Amino acid sequence: MRRIIQELKPHGAAIFLTLILAVGVVVSTLLIPVYLGDAVDALVGAHMVDKDALTSAIGKMCAAILTTALCQLLMNYNNNRIVYRVTKKLREDAFYKMTHLPLKKLDTVLKGDYVSRIVNDADSFSDGLLLGFTQAFTGVLTIFCTIVFMLKIHRGIALLVIALTPMSMAVAAFISSRIKKYFLQMATDRSALTDYVDETVSGQRLLVRLDCMEEVTDRFLELNENHKRSAFLATFYSSTVNPSTRFVNSLIYAAVAVAGALLAVSGGITVGAVTSFLGYAREYTKPFNEITGVITEMQNAIVCAGRLFEIIDSPIEKDEGSLPHKPVAGRIEFKNVSFSYDSKKPLMQNVNLDVAPGERVAIVGPTGAGKTTLINLLMRFYDVNEGAILLDGVDIRDMPLSFVRSCYGMVLQDTWLKSGTIKENMLMANPEATDDDIVAAAKRSRAHDFVRRMRRRYDTVIGEEGKRLSFGQRQMLCITRLMLAMPPMLILDEATSSIDTRTEQMIQAAFHKMMEGRTSFVVAHRLSTILDADKILYMENGQILEQGTHRELLKKNGRYAKLYYSQYYS
Amino acid sequence: MDFCIKYLKDYKKESILAPLFKMLEAIFELLVPLVVRDMIDVGIAAGDRRYVMRSCLILVVLAVTGLVMAITAQYYAARAAVYAATAMREDMYRHVTSFSPETMESMGTSVMVTRMTSDLLQVQNGINMFLRLFLRSPFIVFGALIMAGVVDKGSTLIFAAVIGGLSLVVYLIMRSTLPIFSDIGKKLEKLLLIVGENIEGVRVIRAFGREADEVEGFNEKTGDMYRTQIRAGHISAWTNPLTYLIVNLGLAVLLWYSYDMVDTGRLSQGDVVALANYMSQILVELLKLANFILLLTRAFASAARIRAVMETEPEKRSFSDDKNVDVSKDVPVLEFKDVTFTYPGENEAAIEEISFSLKAGETLGVVGSTGSGKSTLISLAEHLFDVDKGLVKIKGRDVKSYSDSELSSIVSSVPQHARLFSGTIRSNLTMAKRDAGDDVINMALEASCSLEFVMKKENGIDEKVQRGGTNFSGGQRQRLTIARALMKQPDILMLDDSSSALDLGTERRLLDNLSKLPWHPAVVIISQRASSCRNAAHILVMEDGSMAGYGTHDELMSDSEVYREIYHAQFPEEDET
Repeated sequence: MRRIIQELKPHGAAIFLTLILAVGVVVSTLLIPVYLGDAVDALVGAHMVDKDALTSAIGKMCAAILTTALCQLLMNYNNNRIVYRVTKKLREDAFYKMTHLPLKKLDTVLKGDYVSRIVNDADSFSDGLLLGFTQAFTGVLTIFCTIVFMLKIHRGIALLVIALTPMSMAVAAFISSRIKKYFLQMATDRSALTDYVDETVSGQRLLVRLDCMEEVTDRFLELNENHKRSAFLATFYSSTVNPSTRFVNSLIYAAVAVAGALLAVSGGITVGAVTSFLGYAREYTKPFNEITGVITEMQNAIVCAGRLFEIIDSPIEKDEGSLPHKPVAGRIEFKNVSFSYDSKKPLMQNVNLDVAPGERVAIVGPTGAGKTTLINLLMRFYDVNEGAILLDGVDIRDMPLSFVRSCYGMVLQDTWLKSGTIKENMLMANPEATDDDIVAAAKRSRAHDFVRRMRRRYDTVIGEEGKRLSFGQRQMLCITRLMLAMPPMLILDEATSSIDTRTEQMIQAAFHKMMEGRTSFVVAHRLSTILDADKILYMENGQILEQGTHRELLKKNGRYAKLYYSQYYS
Repeated sequence: MDFCIKYLKDYKKESILAPLFKMLEAIFELLVPLVVRDMIDVGIAAGDRRYVMRSCLILVVLAVTGLVMAITAQYYAARAAVYAATAMREDMYRHVTSFSPETMESMGTSVMVTRMTSDLLQVQNGINMFLRLFLRSPFIVFGALIMAGVVDKGSTLIFAAVIGGLSLVVYLIMRSTLPIFSDIGKKLEKLLLIVGENIEGVRVIRAFGREADEVEGFNEKTGDMYRTQIRAGHISAWTNPLTYLIVNLGLAVLLWYSYDMVDTGRLSQGDVVALANYMSQILVELLKLANFILLLTRAFASAARIRAVMETEPEKRSFSDDKNVDVSKDVPVLEFKDVTFTYPGENEAAIEEISFSLKAGETLGVVGSTGSGKSTLISLAEHLFDVDKGLVKIKGRDVKSYSDSELSSIVSSVPQHARLFSGTIRSNLTMAKRDAGDDVINMALEASCSLEFVMKKENGIDEKVQRGGTNFSGGQRQRLTIARALMKQPDILMLDDSSSALDLGTERRLLDNLSKLPWHPAVVIISQRASSCRNAAHILVMEDGSMAGYGTHDELMSDSEVYREIYHAQFPEEDET
């Protein structure tokens, strides 16, 4: 809560203005039934009209109308400005944070969750909280002022109205509690239906080939029917709330009418006062019904705020290094490195490694051996817990993050491309690359073969809104991107895993050329691609168990040799 | 619009009764001010307490009838809306599931699912609100005008002016904000996309040091969003003050006008109160109408999206009636004759001039690079597309002469991606053959080398399969999908790289089993591993959509450069000893 106030502080004056305007709106709105009553009292009957009283009532009324309209307009403008500004700022803050959060944090979050926090929660927060607040404030003020005004006109009827109004709330609450079960049933049926549609539509090709679309459709019809039944009940019963509260309000209206009329007959109050009361009776219950909705909305807004601030207030990646840097030669040393993602499950312990500039290092081992972890540490996606990693003799934590990362070109297992054209993706690696550079690189990565088949070639839009590429094709584009960047060191993590063996060999040739003079780290499960590495690291459970060239390791006849033979001779 | 009406036709009774009852409710609401007028003019003026009590009773009766009418209307409206939406969903489902894989991919399966769920929900709400309000709102508004005329003819002019002014304001504001709102919707989607992308691509973005660009790009989008929102917000900000101003100034004019009328005895005190009441009814109803229009435009947008799906025609394929069977002995089960094919919307042919033939019990291995056209062969043998040139023959007949259902009992394929459906192992297998007994299931499991792991499961063949088969390993999933393909005992079995997750020993046993199947199917094996095809009777080498070799392993080893390269990619020459 304090955090929310802090976020709203810069808008304090604007919010205060909104509150003042709200008071203006409420008071002047509620004065209108009073003036209307005065006017009606002036219009008693033929030759009995009090012209002065009427003129003054109408004059006051016009003044109140203008005040209301003006205050409301200003308030709306003011609210827009606050709400949209706050939303924008929250979104930008959260996004900035997100792009600078440590991977340790980002790797553990659900993508959909963060996306909806940054985009939707920012909306719900500013909308729900600010507008909800204004609405609640206006509502409470309206109720309070109405009671005061009514008491001023006539105590008895006022007390009658105050006593009766909770009825409509009670009716609404009663119906809502009764229909909850229909809504639950509808939600269950709906998610069953959605799941089934999702599963069968995405597996449609297969289902058609299996010739069982008929049975599948039958099952769908059954689910659709179930949903129909519960959706109908939920929709119908929920739509009885409004007529019911309206009914209760009509009863209150009738009660006020009769009470007012009976009093008027005995001369207790004037006809105009009855009219004022009828006006209030109509409007008075509205804020009551609204406030319950507003309260849930505000609670929701506070939850959203919490989720957003969790991102905004997280610490960002440590980036304190500042050592000036000359072009790197590419010597990498691991000095007693220990690291684990989870302090309860130790992974790397006391790892030592020395890679000379220009060496080609291959990393092999079973799943979970720590191959990808090694890469995470090299690029400082994660920092070591103990020990140090040195680049050309300098601890990489003493260098700026951006510098360390710019030293590597990488192709990772997950082949991320941003949505946009192929060309835009390529320019990410090297904004100065020309079209010819791109085509040349694509030829080396063999991506040109499939890109040239596309109608718009390098201007083809890919990603969620564009052409869907196969995994192998995505990998080839990632390799092209790498070839455009030409950094001093390379990291290839299963870079060609989804590309067929033959194309892989052709790409390998291009890789070999790139690797000349560049320190490189290659993770591969097809051992054929790494046989000629300068150094092969066999890893298991975070430890480097064996190190050496292919021949050395075969001779050793240890775990590497076992892995090698299992792939070729079963 | 007409699209929704088509569905409402089946619920004619509901669609007529709902607005009708709403209208009746409106009539009772419009009577209330008249009762109050008489209460003032007759009851209070004459001091008649009994008259007052009677009027009160009438008010209660009006409220009760109104309630009954309203609930009846809601009942029919909910019924028509939900039932029509359900029928729409059914049609959509049938339509979408008839799409070709190309159409499906180009539209995106997740998009289809959204259309069938949330978009349909919008339409359902839209219909519901429409049936409830489209007669009621105009009826109240114009009803109030007429009732005002009943009370006093002269006042209709003031009412008409107020209604005209209000309608104009609402119309102008709607017209200028609606396009902006839909623009905001699109921008919001874009923001969602950017954030999602940045989470997924965090490593790449940081590796290339592009964080600042991404932040700048995002801020540009939020800034743009802010300006658009302010533009729409500032226009909408006028709605309430303006409508309020019009109605209440109308009221002031009405009072001023009444002065003369009352003074000359043409209008009573009660009449004035009644007129004032009608004025406020108009305001409440018009604001309701404005909200309803907003909801309706959203429903319209959804309906348009649904319609776009419904109007997408499934790819047309040609079928022929020519059932001429080549009855000569030893006719090939599967034959490609100079087949050329280009995917719709592509520049270059996916496969060109491909010919091969395969007899019962024979195996064809297909090897080649990613994108060389291997999987296309399967699509064409399954008649997912028409060939551009050449002929595909199944058991001596043009593939076009089979119905899809006939073809599926002859040809079974196992796709690259092993997909299981939620249910049990049994339900997954019997999908292909409904009435299959345990003997057939066991045969299929055994031949696909699945029996060994299925038997170890607690419930055997009745073991639960989670959605997507996530409770099985990749290799197990592949074997189960092969088992499913075997259930029909097809004449042609096609495996599209579907043993890639198996270790070499299991794969060898599987291939061995397939060659010994009692009904002697022809088997097509597409693989990236040279070892999978090594023992096939024929091996087809694909290169860039064309045939780069066709023969046995030994023939190709001596004749085909491409084949040798593929083979040595798996078995490096230095280890050939």
